[in-house]
Amino acid sequence: MSGFLQRFGAYWLSILERLGRATLFLFQLLGALFSLAKRPSLLIKQLHASGVMTLSIVLVSGLFVGMVLALQAYNTLIDFGQEDRIGTLVALTLVRELGPVVTGLLFAGRAGSAMTAEIGLMKATEQLSGLEMMAVDPFKRIYAPRFLAGFIALPMLAAMFSAVGVLGGHLVGVEVLGIDANAYWSQMHNSVSFINDVCNGLIKGLVFGFVVSWISIFEGADCIPTSEGVSSATTRTVVHSSLAILSLDFLLTAVMF
Amino acid sequence: MLEEGQTLVQIRDLYFSRGSNDIFRGLSVDIPRGKVTTILGPSGTGKTTLLKMIGGQLKPNKGSIKVDGLDVGSLSRSQLYDLRKRMGMLFQSGALLTDLSVYENVAYPLREHTNLPESLISHLVLMRLHAVGLRGAKDLSPAELSGGMARRAALARALVFDPMMIMYDEPFTGQDPISMGVLLELIRTVNTALGLTSLMVSHDLQEAISISDYLVVISEGVVVEAGSPEQLKSSESAWIQQFLQGAPDGPVPFQAPAPDYETQLLGALQ
Repeated sequence: MSGFLQRFGAYWLSILERLGRATLFLFQLLGALFSLAKRPSLLIKQLHASGVMTLSIVLVSGLFVGMVLALQAYNTLIDFGQEDRIGTLVALTLVRELGPVVTGLLFAGRAGSAMTAEIGLMKATEQLSGLEMMAVDPFKRIYAPRFLAGFIALPMLAAMFSAVGVLGGHLVGVEVLGIDANAYWSQMHNSVSFINDVCNGLIKGLVFGFVVSWISIFEGADCIPTSEGVSSATTRTVVHSSLAILSLDFLLTAVMF
Repeated sequence: MLEEGQTLVQIRDLYFSRGSNDIFRGLSVDIPRGKVTTILGPSGTGKTTLLKMIGGQLKPNKGSIKVDGLDVGSLSRSQLYDLRKRMGMLFQSGALLTDLSVYENVAYPLREHTNLPESLISHLVLMRLHAVGLRGAKDLSPAELSGGMARRAALARALVFDPMMIMYDEPFTGQDPISMGVLLELIRTVNTALGLTSLMVSHDLQEAISISDYLVVISEGVVVEAGSPEQLKSSESAWIQQFLQGAPDGPVPFQAPAPDYETQLLGALQ
């Protein structure tokens, strides 16, 4: 019994220790952000790597999610004769929830895992130590540009996901199922508020961008520098980011709406 | 111990442990200025750890490391970075940045720390690459280099800032005889031509002895013996003799600690 308690205690202590390390890491990361003012090219390169390179999967997913939403909404609302309201349902679902959440999950799988693997491999091949020995701070040159790029890219990607989703809804609802186009757009226009819905959706995107980038970079920098260590750090990035996105989404939804 | 002015790195009473594993237990050693010094010792004695501690990447539990009179453990981050600009380090893997070409890797420290015009950077980089024989490989990516070439490119990068000292982490491991010869020649020539201090950790005995002015043998966290290669060869220590001759048995036993052989075998029969 005492052995079990010891293991249980050691397990939780190690989790708390890791959380503490991650928090200190975040403070250092935030402190290093100012250095990017002198080297914006580092940020632009990372915006391309994590933002632009994730764009295609986000747009394709957004289109299909919008199409599915319209189809499901039509099948349900037609029983009540309310199929004109598809536009409202598609837009609110996308802007408030699915846009930021699904984009966050896709971003964690595509860009977050890539960040972890890249930084982890840099650690395993002593490139990070090499930078430090050249008096180059990895926080300023490697971590900060990736963090800020993730923070900026995710809300923008989420907005594009929602926009393409609304178009997907239009494609299915108006072009295929024959809903009146004016009804689709006007219902949407009347019920979607810029401040309450669009801005809150963007805030969710910013929060998810912050958390996913933090988790991804910390996991890479903190990994055991072996192939197995990098592989499990990459897995942890996707799992922890996904759980963080879903739980934070609940909290944010409870506060915002 | 050497006199103050002759010493570039002074390590006193160094203690360091990882978990329950004590790596250094009161290690004291002086690294002479302007010489090639090799730290020798069996695998797992903390040779690479010592280099990382001299470079300030790891902090000692107790004791001091002074480089050019500066206590590495008590320096602020910016002071440490200033000191590192005067130190070069050659990692076992080369540690070249994989997303940059050989030329850009060598130019990297210059671009990070100076505002030199591109024409001057180009001159400095090409001179260093020529010195290590890789001017013709400047446009290759690190993935296209052999192990020996990667180490030479890393050496060019370590030298580009004209450091006062350069540290080599196992430079000969896994090298073919030609690459080994090239590296030996380069380490010796660079030390003499640029007047720097070279500190190398290695367990390649013959190669290390052939180019070193000073050897330090460490084992179980302390210095076992230090001196010139001749002094070491004439050492009366049975441990040193076993190490130098590579004898399988001696003070360092062939068998891992185990119960008595006969008792164990008979015990198994019963």
